[in-house]
Amino acid sequence: MAEDMLAADGRPLKASLNRALRRQKLRALMLIAPLLLFIMVSFVMPIFDMLFRSVENQIVSETLPRTTLALQDWDATAAQLPDDPVFEAMYTDLVLAAEYKSHTRLGSRLNYEMTGISSLFRKSGRAVGRFDTDRYTDAFQEADPAYADPAQWAEWMADDEIRAELPRTADAYDGWAKMLVSVEDELPVEEEPWDFVYTALYADAQAGADLPISVDLSGVEPVSLQAQFEDIDEDWLDPDVWLTIKRYSPDYTSGYFLNSVDLTKGADGIEARPENEQIYITLFIRTMIMSMSIMGMCVLLGYPIAWLLANLTDRTANMLMILVLLPFWTSLLVRTSAWKVLLQQEGVINDILVWIGLVADNDRLQMINNQTGTIIAMTHILLPFMILPLYSVMKTIPPSYLRAAKSLGATNWTAFWRVYFPQSVPGIGAGCILVFILAIGYYITPELVGGTKGVFISNRIAYHISSSLNWGLAAALGTILLVVVMLLYWVYDKIVGIDNVKLGG
Amino acid sequence: MTSTDGAFVAFDRVQKSYDGETLVVKDLNLSMPKGEFLTMLGPSGSGKTTCLMMLAGFETATHGDILLDGVSINNIPPHKRGIGMVFQNYALFPHMSVAENLSFPLEVRKIGKSEREEKIKRALDMVQMGDFAGRRPAQLSGGQQQRIALARALVFEPELVLMDEPLGALDKQLRETLQFEITNLAHELGITTVYVTHDQTEALTMSDRVAVFDDGRIQQLAPPDELYELPENSFVAQFIGENNTLEGVVQEIKGETCVVKLDSGEIIDAVPVNVSKVGERTKVSIRPERVEIGRDRLEADAHMLKAEVLEFIYMGDIFRTRLRVAGIDNFIIKTRNSPDQTRLKPGEIVEIGWMPRDCRALDA
Ligand SMILES: Nc1ncnc2c1ncn2[C@@H]1O[C@H](COP(=O)(O)OP(=O)(O)OP(=O)(O)O)[C@@H](O)[C@H]1O
Ligand SMILES: [Mg+2]
Repeated sequence: MAEDMLAADGRPLKASLNRALRRQKLRALMLIAPLLLFIMVSFVMPIFDMLFRSVENQIVSETLPRTTLALQDWDATAAQLPDDPVFEAMYTDLVLAAEYKSHTRLGSRLNYEMTGISSLFRKSGRAVGRFDTDRYTDAFQEADPAYADPAQWAEWMADDEIRAELPRTADAYDGWAKMLVSVEDELPVEEEPWDFVYTALYADAQAGADLPISVDLSGVEPVSLQAQFEDIDEDWLDPDVWLTIKRYSPDYTSGYFLNSVDLTKGADGIEARPENEQIYITLFIRTMIMSMSIMGMCVLLGYPIAWLLANLTDRTANMLMILVLLPFWTSLLVRTSAWKVLLQQEGVINDILVWIGLVADNDRLQMINNQTGTIIAMTHILLPFMILPLYSVMKTIPPSYLRAAKSLGATNWTAFWRVYFPQSVPGIGAGCILVFILAIGYYITPELVGGTKGVFISNRIAYHISSSLNWGLAAALGTILLVVVMLLYWVYDKIVGIDNVKLGG
Repeated sequence: MTSTDGAFVAFDRVQKSYDGETLVVKDLNLSMPKGEFLTMLGPSGSGKTTCLMMLAGFETATHGDILLDGVSINNIPPHKRGIGMVFQNYALFPHMSVAENLSFPLEVRKIGKSEREEKIKRALDMVQMGDFAGRRPAQLSGGQQQRIALARALVFEPELVLMDEPLGALDKQLRETLQFEITNLAHELGITTVYVTHDQTEALTMSDRVAVFDDGRIQQLAPPDELYELPENSFVAQFIGENNTLEGVVQEIKGETCVVKLDSGEIIDAVPVNVSKVGERTKVSIRPERVEIGRDRLEADAHMLKAEVLEFIYMGDIFRTRLRVAGIDNFIIKTRNSPDQTRLKPGEIVEIGWMPRDCRALDA
C-alpha cells in the first residue's frame, strides 16, 4: 500500500519526501563544510601522516637501491661478510648518494638502529670518490679511445642489445646520467663517465660478457672493493653494519614500533633491547599510572566541590564557579612556575613546614622534579575539566531523590551512595575521560616540574620530534598512545557504556 | 481545641521561617487521630509543603513541637521517623527497576530476601502493577509511575504516609481513578495519611478532614461537608466551592440569627458566625444552590431581595443564572434541571431569598 501513496502533485510520496530531505541534508552539509574541511586538513590528515610515518622506511631502498637488491641473496645468519657484488653495488650507490647528498640523511636514519653508522656514512661519502678504481678507467681508455668518448658511450647505452649484454654497466651508466642531469646540470653526451661506470664495465667483462669493442683485460690488476672500503673505515668489515642495512631495507618497517616497546630486530628475530636502552615500556606504564593518579585525585578533589556548587543558590554557585575557572585564565607557564616556587626545597611550603617544625631543615621534602610534583601541578591544571561535567550532571539531579531515599529509611550515607552517586556516575565518566586523555598527552607541565622521574611518554615524543629528529619513532610512540587511549575508551564503553557519559543536561 | 493528648500526629504551636524575616508557618496547631485521612488544602505558597517537610524531617521547625505518637520528633533524623512519602514528581530512582525501587526501603531495613520479595509482590499487586516489576521508571506512564511511588511509600508498612500533590501532573480522569484508589488503600490498610493538594474537589472527595491553609495558618479544620456548608471565615467560604458574597453592616443580633444591612440599603437575614456586635462590617456568604427564587418555600417574614437576570446558562444537570443583586453583577444561582423548574430569561426581574441558616455573616 505504502508504495502507492502519491503526493499532491502526483509523484510517489516517498520520492517527494526523499527530495525534501535531501535538500535539508545538503544544507546541513554546507553548514558544517568549513569545519569539516578544517578538521580534515588539521586533524585527520596529520593523524594519517603520523600513522604512515611510524612504518615508512623508503629512505634505505631509495638511497641504496642496488645494495638493497644485492643484499637479498646474502645469508645474514652466517655472520660472514657479504661478497663482492654487494660491495660493488654499495660503491655505485654511495658515489651517487654522495652526489645527491642523501648519504648523511640515511646515516642518521640507520644510526637509530646502530650507533656509529652515521659517521661511517659521512666519512665514506667523502672517500668513496678516491677509490683506486681509476685503474679500470685507464685500462679501457688506453685499449681503445672509443671508451673515452662520451658520444660513443651514449650511443652504446641507447642500444638494447648492448644493454642486455652489459646489465651492470647499463644500470651504473643510467644512474650516473640521471645524477649528472639533475645534480651537475650537464649532459651525459658531453661528459666522460665516472670511474664506477668503468668498474661496472669491468665486472661485466669478468662475468664473460662481450664488450662493444673487445679489450684484453688480463693485464689489469683487479681492485678489491672490500679492501677499499676497509681503508675508509674498518667498520665496513663488521657484518653487523651490513645486517642493519639489510634489516632496514624494506620500504615498510616495524622497527619504530619495536623500538617503541623496547624491542629490536636481532640476528634471530625480535629480541629485547639491552637493559640500559629500555625506557619506553617504563615510560608508558608510568604515563598510565600517573594519568590515572591525576584522574583519581581530580575525582577525589572535584566531587565534593561539584556537589557543593550544585547545591548552592545560583548566585553563590556562579561566584565559586569563577574561582574554579580561574586556572583557565592564567597562563599555563605562569601557573606551573608558581608551583615551582611553592614546591621546591627552598620553597614556600618547605619553609613553612620547617618553620612549624614538622620537617627538619636539612631534611626538606622533595616535592618537585619528581612524580609528586607532576601529579600536584597537573591535578591543579586539570581539575576544572573534572568539576565542570560533574557540576552540570549534578545540577540535573533533583534534591527530592535524596529526600525520598531518606524518607524510605536510608541513612545519609546510604542515600548518597545508592541513590545520588549512581546518578552522578555519567558526570564522573565524562570528567575522567576528559582528564585522563588530556593528562596522557600533556607535556609542558611534566617537562617543567617532572624532573627525570616525572616525565611522560609525551615528553619523549616531543624530544624525538624537536631534538633527535627521529620522527618515525615519535610517530610510532604517538600511534601506540593513540591505540592505548582508544583501547581504554573501548574498555570504558564495555564497562560503563559511552552513552552513559554526560557533559550536562 | 487542639489538645494533643492521644493524638497520633500533632503540631503544637509550630512556627517556621526560612529567612529569619517572614514566618512561612505561623502558630500551627493540629492533631490527628490514628487512621485519619487529612488533607492540607490552600493556595500556592501558603506553607503546605513546608508543614509536610517539617513532619518528614527535611525542615526543622523554628519554634514549637511536632509529636508523633506522643513523642517529640524534632530531633529525630528523617530516616528514623518511619514515615512513608510520595513526592509530587514521584522521585522514583531512575537507575533502579521498579522492583529495586520497592526493595530499597526493605533493604535498608535489613529485611531478608524472601520476605522482601513477598512484600514487593504484595505492594505491586495492591496498586495493580504486578507485571511491571522489571521495568525502569522511564518506561512507565505518569499514572503508572504514580502507582509505583505509592507502592514504594507503603511497602515498608509505615503508619503515617505523607503525599505532596501526588496527582498534580495527571489528567483529570486518571486523577479521579487514583483518588479513589488512594483513599481506599489508606482506609483498608488503616494508615494515617497527610495529603497535600490545591485542588479543592480532590480535598473534599478524599478526606476525613480538610485543613484549609492560608497565610501560614490553618483557617479551618473540618470534615468536608462542614467545611463547605459551615465555613468559619470568608477566606474558606471563597476558597471552597462557589460562593456569593454581599457586604454590609450588622444591624441587629438576636441569638442564632442576625440582620445585616447591605451597602446598597437592603436588609437580609444571616447566621452570625464571625460577628459579635451591632455596627460591625461583615461579608455575607450564600452558596448559589441555596438561593430560592420566590417566597414559596421560605418563612413568611423572610427578607427578600430584588434581582435582575443577566444571563442564563444551560449546563445540562443544572441551570446557572447570573443576576444583578444589591448592586453586584455576579450573583450566581444554581437550580436543578427538574421538570417544574422555570427557566429565567435575561432582563426578567425576580425576588430571591434564602433560609437564614444558609446565609453566613463572616468577617469583613
Ligand atoms: N527552601 C526554601 N527557602 C526559602 N523559602 C522557601 C523555601 N521553601 C519554601 N519557601 C517559601 O515558603 C513559602 C511556603 O512554601 P510552600 O512550598 O510550603 O508552599 P505550598 O503551600 O506547598 O505551595 P504550592 O501549593 O505552590 O506547592 C513560600 O512563600 C515559599 O516561597
Ligand atoms: Mg508545595
